[in-house]
Amino acid sequence: MAALRILVPVKRVIDYAVKPRVNKAQTAIETSGVKHSMNPFDELSIEESVRIREKKSYPHGVDEIIAFSIGPPKSVDTLRTAMAMGADRSIFVETKEGEEVEPLAVGKVIRELVKREGINLVVCGKQSIDDDAGQTGQIVAGLMGWGAATQASKVSFGEKGVEVEKEVDGGTETVRSQLPMVITTDLRLNEPRYASLPNIMKAKKKKIDKISAEELGVSLERRLKTLKVIEPPPRQGGGKVDDVDGMIAKLKELGAI
Amino acid sequence: MASIAKILRPAVQRATSTARPAVRPARPSRIYQHARPLSATSRRRNDTVDISDIPPTPITHLSEIEAAMADSVSKFANDVIAPKVREMDEKEAMDPSIVEQLFEQGLMGVEIPEEYGGAGMNFTAAIVGIEELARVDPSVSVMVDVHNTLVNTAIIKYASTELKKKWLPKLATNTVGSFCLSEPISGSDAFALATKATKTDSGYKISGSKMWITNSMEADFFIVFANLDHSKGYKGITAFIVEKGTKGFSIAKKEKKLGIKASSTCVLNFDDVEIPKENLLGKEGDGYKYAIGLLNEGRIGIAAQMTGLALGAFENAAKYVWNDRKQFGQLVGDFQGMQHQIAQSYTDIAAARALVFNAARKKEAGENFVQDAAMAKLYASQVAQRVSGLAIEWMGGMGFVREGIAEKMWRDSKIGAIYEGTSNIQLTTIAKLLKSQYTS
Repeated sequence: MAALRILVPVKRVIDYAVKPRVNKAQTAIETSGVKHSMNPFDELSIEESVRIREKKSYPHGVDEIIAFSIGPPKSVDTLRTAMAMGADRSIFVETKEGEEVEPLAVGKVIRELVKREGINLVVCGKQSIDDDAGQTGQIVAGLMGWGAATQASKVSFGEKGVEVEKEVDGGTETVRSQLPMVITTDLRLNEPRYASLPNIMKAKKKKIDKISAEELGVSLERRLKTLKVIEPPPRQGGGKVDDVDGMIAKLKELGAI
Repeated sequence: MASIAKILRPAVQRATSTARPAVRPARPSRIYQHARPLSATSRRRNDTVDISDIPPTPITHLSEIEAAMADSVSKFANDVIAPKVREMDEKEAMDPSIVEQLFEQGLMGVEIPEEYGGAGMNFTAAIVGIEELARVDPSVSVMVDVHNTLVNTAIIKYASTELKKKWLPKLATNTVGSFCLSEPISGSDAFALATKATKTDSGYKISGSKMWITNSMEADFFIVFANLDHSKGYKGITAFIVEKGTKGFSIAKKEKKLGIKASSTCVLNFDDVEIPKENLLGKEGDGYKYAIGLLNEGRIGIAAQMTGLALGAFENAAKYVWNDRKQFGQLVGDFQGMQHQIAQSYTDIAAARALVFNAARKKEAGENFVQDAAMAKLYASQVAQRVSGLAIEWMGGMGFVREGIAEKMWRDSKIGAIYEGTSNIQLTTIAKLLKSQYTS
């Protein structure tokens, strides 16, 4: 068996602590001048990949951890963070500022990279916190004909294959698959490290290869058109009732019963 | 002090008599061709960089490394330090696990070269880190500041190769350092220090006491200034390295303070402390030069601590008045009287930060920064105190209680006008330099 060659797709998103705002034209979320950082689920993916290497949990070792991002020029920062956390090098597909790439197109780009780089494990976040599509991992698995273990809360390597505990409603489900495969990560999987200062310096020297979608033969053309983006209506304050009879009366009044 | 500072100016002297810094003549051997912002150059040497070909960038512009540093430190500070801030303040003690994690993060060896196990970053990166820490806890910030800008820099700049090899890897990974200059009788008049050093067969013997020594509880490594020959006045002042546990060395008293309570400040006694001759830092009699040089730089660190403090206090209050607190049917932050104060405060902070980062960039470029550092430290400490005080008022009762950080930030701000040169000393320095510039 060969060593692992892991691809970790990462995305630069509006920081989780920032409240997103819709732009005036109601066409998109306001992104200029807003703090961005790595999608939190992607931090888990990088961390898990680095831990697989550090803890030598895969018997044949880890050959290379490659971070990948597709997005506007600033996404380079996110790739640097990924490398400061432990990825060996990066691949970057640059898009224009404000150009949103749909999961299918991202999946196709990843498919091409997987082939080029001889990847046998793709570890990605279960979703990005900006569009919450939650599709990319599964699409890659579909395009490649690989197994996909989604929402991982634990990953281990046994003699019979890769065992993944998945977060499901009310508990976990354990699945086993063979490499090559796709794993998508969930919150309980690990606690991502902070990029230490020496590692930030080391990351500066690591390589970022830029490649265009055309070179990979993938069209980024959108299939969906965003018609309108609106903020959720402000929450209505609730009312208090004195007792059960009051509640029933209220429900009747609202036509709920 | 200013006259001594002149001696220390970087190799290439520039006349201070011109009101505006003249562009240095181009020196081909020193031109760095890449059109990168200065910030990306991590130069340790004391020589000047010709920056005339570099396109000017906004002072707020950070290099990729510095931006990554800000991000990482901010995250670390908010996740790891923030939950412990109140507890450490009440207990008046630094949590050892915080110190440990600061080492793990590489925050204790920002400028220590990579070959000695540090991060090998530039000075401004250290300033960025100190500021980010102070946004969350000025106590942690000052520990990191003193360790990096005074102690590590002293070793990097002045120590022998043997001392560097011995101590830099430790200072980067597990040994907190402390800088012992002040004494009961010498504060602002630092060179009146009475601690005496005498030569022995094998090295030196130090006797006397030090006061107001930051980091002394956590530190295992002390840079001690003592006078080797009082007849020579300040030219007898010499720097030594004393390890904790050396016979005769003791911590006499831990001060209880108004602010930065988690940062330890102690009285140290040196009762005929014998140290080997290898523990001489630099040259005999040059201690005063080192002290001035280090404190000039160190001031920028304290200034950054103060702007960080101001930002932290500001953000804490701004979030409260614009999200939580309603009176007379609207958010208190929506009253014009509040908004004008908030706007003024942020403007003050931005002005202070411009001074701080400009001083840091000038230092990195090898330009004379003494006046800039003094102005930055003076103004940043004033802004910190003003803004953190107002922030309490904006928050009303919630700012006054010993919960959250509002009242603590205000208490912590007071030290900014005192240590590493009081506000009056900064003013004196600034005035002296101005006078030399305008005297015909």
